[in-house]
Amino acid sequence: MSATENLSKGPPKGFGALAKREQRLAYIMLLPTFLIVLGIVLGPLLANFWISFKPVQLADLRAASTLVNEQLRPRPKAAGDEVIMRYRIRNSSQKDPITEVTLSDTVPAGLVLQLNDERCELNGRELFCDFGTIEPGGRFNLDFPTIVEQAYIDNGERPRDSKSALTGQSKNILTSFEFTLENFDKVFSSSEFWSVLRVSLYYTIFGTLGALVLGLFAAQILNTAFKGRSILRGLFLFPYVAPVIAVAFAWVLLLDAGPGGTFNAMLIRMGAIEGPINFLGQRAIPVSLLGIEFDFPMALTTVITFEAWRYFPLSFLFILARMQSISTDMYEAAEIDGATPLQQFWYLSLPQLLGILSVLFLLRFIWTFNKFDDIFLLTGGAAGTRTLTVDVYEQAFAVSNLGAGAAVAVVVFFVLLFFALIFFKFSPQDDG
Amino acid sequence: MKIGTITISAAIIGAIWGAIWMIVIGILLMLVSGITASPPAGTALVAGLAAGLTFIFLPIEKRTRTTFTILGVGIAVLLFLLTGGQVFGTTISEGILYQILAWAIWSALVVISIKMCLQDYQTGSAKRYRMELLLIRVLKGLAFVLFTIVVILPFYVMVMTSLKSQQSLLSNPLDFSINLAQGPELLFRSYIELFTQYHFGTFLWNSALVSVATVVITLLFAVPGAYAVARLRFPGQVVLSRSILLIYMVPAIVLVIPLYAVFSQAGLRNSLTGLLIVYPATTIPVALYMLQGYFRGLPSELEEAGLMDGLSRVGVIAKITMPLSLPALASVALYVFMIAWNEFLFAFMFLDDLDMFTLSRGVVSLNSSEVPRQHLMAGAVVATVPVLAIFLWFEKFLVAGLTAGSVKG
Repeated sequence: MSATENLSKGPPKGFGALAKREQRLAYIMLLPTFLIVLGIVLGPLLANFWISFKPVQLADLRAASTLVNEQLRPRPKAAGDEVIMRYRIRNSSQKDPITEVTLSDTVPAGLVLQLNDERCELNGRELFCDFGTIEPGGRFNLDFPTIVEQAYIDNGERPRDSKSALTGQSKNILTSFEFTLENFDKVFSSSEFWSVLRVSLYYTIFGTLGALVLGLFAAQILNTAFKGRSILRGLFLFPYVAPVIAVAFAWVLLLDAGPGGTFNAMLIRMGAIEGPINFLGQRAIPVSLLGIEFDFPMALTTVITFEAWRYFPLSFLFILARMQSISTDMYEAAEIDGATPLQQFWYLSLPQLLGILSVLFLLRFIWTFNKFDDIFLLTGGAAGTRTLTVDVYEQAFAVSNLGAGAAVAVVVFFVLLFFALIFFKFSPQDDG
Repeated sequence: MKIGTITISAAIIGAIWGAIWMIVIGILLMLVSGITASPPAGTALVAGLAAGLTFIFLPIEKRTRTTFTILGVGIAVLLFLLTGGQVFGTTISEGILYQILAWAIWSALVVISIKMCLQDYQTGSAKRYRMELLLIRVLKGLAFVLFTIVVILPFYVMVMTSLKSQQSLLSNPLDFSINLAQGPELLFRSYIELFTQYHFGTFLWNSALVSVATVVITLLFAVPGAYAVARLRFPGQVVLSRSILLIYMVPAIVLVIPLYAVFSQAGLRNSLTGLLIVYPATTIPVALYMLQGYFRGLPSELEEAGLMDGLSRVGVIAKITMPLSLPALASVALYVFMIAWNEFLFAFMFLDDLDMFTLSRGVVSLNSSEVPRQHLMAGAVVATVPVLAIFLWFEKFLVAGLTAGSVKG
């Protein structure tokens, strides 16, 4: 191909050798990440859908298996003794049969087995048996009359020295093609589900808003320079950096309604309340405000407060960073025009912060919705604080119904997908 | 001597600070000394109001250190008289040194707070601008006090409970005074018992091992991946750099059931190896996202120069990109360390054996009625101290890491 021909066709299409090499390098560099994400995130995600359609209990994870036990009776004392070599075989499961069960074992030197079972054959010292199918809960013994020779007495080899190998195929509920809609039926028809969903949304919305508003306030007070500001900034990050187990249990002890509860004791001493309030254990407190009576959801409010307390540092960091990047010219101009401090905040700062606030809101919204640890450690989902994520745990591991738990997890995933789509629709293109 | 909006505001501001500081100092006094006080917030409010009014009528040139001292002594005496000698609602002789100290701190704080709010104001009326400025000062001051207390209180309770005994806490839950005379062995006995009887040495070791290994594995996976996404051209580059965000929005709770099932059958469940597969998988996307952002910000001319001079791509990454990215690597490493150290769900679901427990799992095992609560809090302190120490030491890096990656929660 001549140069002029090339020119007439314009720039080359497709990929050149160099570009191809670059692509290959890129794929090689991304491969490990891709594999681990596939294996531990995307794979389980799909597996969760699979499990949600299966009638699987926690106990089913221990699949049916065959067990074998070998012994020589009575204990041989001298050459010429006639003893019994016994293999005890059983199916550990009471529900599922095991197919294609085979046994293979090495008989110790100096033992002469008399084969009395057509399922078994002896090849030198190698014993091999084929039992076919063992029914659920089935068990039987294989007894071989055995003559002991001097060699057995002399050398130390005993029957158990060679592990007898038992193989068999059992039905694994997780890999079978047995499906059911029972799990979803159970989830959606339970009266609790809708209240769990409602609690989840309350927790997510108010937890997120609480963290954002607290973060905004914290950023305001640390926006001006003063001595000790960096110390305070570090301190304000403590709730987020400390392990959740530590702060959650500290709150549990602090808010204890029993005789050792510090916070209740404080309130009583200050005369704010008459008797101790069970902040984490009481579903609702009847409150009468301006003649309107309603139930105040106590435990839910407490866990929302905890959520806001623990995650305000994040929004605080972002908002502070954004505030410090706003140019001061604008404020100087506003000063000259006579704008008051609140007007400056409302008409200048807030519009500038709106972008980061909305991104933070959406991200925190999704992460608060995902949150499991906090509520689980504070209340265990009791007293009207059970969110969808806690419900997954309750169904799968407390009630031991893995399938139902997976079904709730599917619901969690779809609610989340819905929010994530909204987030991507509204997220700024430059990935702030 | 005009009386106007400023004068009224000064009275209100004084009253607010009088009451607030009484509550704060009163509770602090109880916590530190164990005195059963009942802080008279109402009386302190009146004393503060008087201080605010006095201050606003002081001419600007008279607002010196001397007058402030006189004012401080004045309201301290006023409080003494109004409460009939029981400054903190209890006889002054009970823990007299503590009470006098708290009393002095209260009056000093009230005067300082009033001064900070009102120093350039005089009695009379003011325009909206000046009134709002005043309002903001008060609100900021209050927020300041409130935030500090709310952040510190749980940590304070955590540390102090770990040094007390269950009986003394049940009899007076407000008494966090520490008896230093009992000697370090009795004072730290919860910690000593944790390490000698509750295997916390093993837990600490496991946590450190898992966290450090997670950091190493994460970086080994994420650095090449991030470089590829940031610098190399390949089909799917844009899709990938955006979809990384999606992956770390997948909630752990959705993954836990399938992973539990598979790991149980593969024998990986009750092992640290299992955790070392799961933790990096959850942190690699975050790390990759953070690093690719940083790599993009590096000037590509440097790398091109390296390529021109005959280095291979791998050579460029090792000799040019990596040394330039050390701060970003430190941020990512610290952030990943923090996530792995604090992780609870998988450790809780996967680990059954005591000698496998990480600290998160170990502390949960202390949460039973058979274990005294000071042990639980001592465990919480053991879990918190390393990560907070690292945070304070490398605060700059971690803050950078948090802001870059904390879309993950």
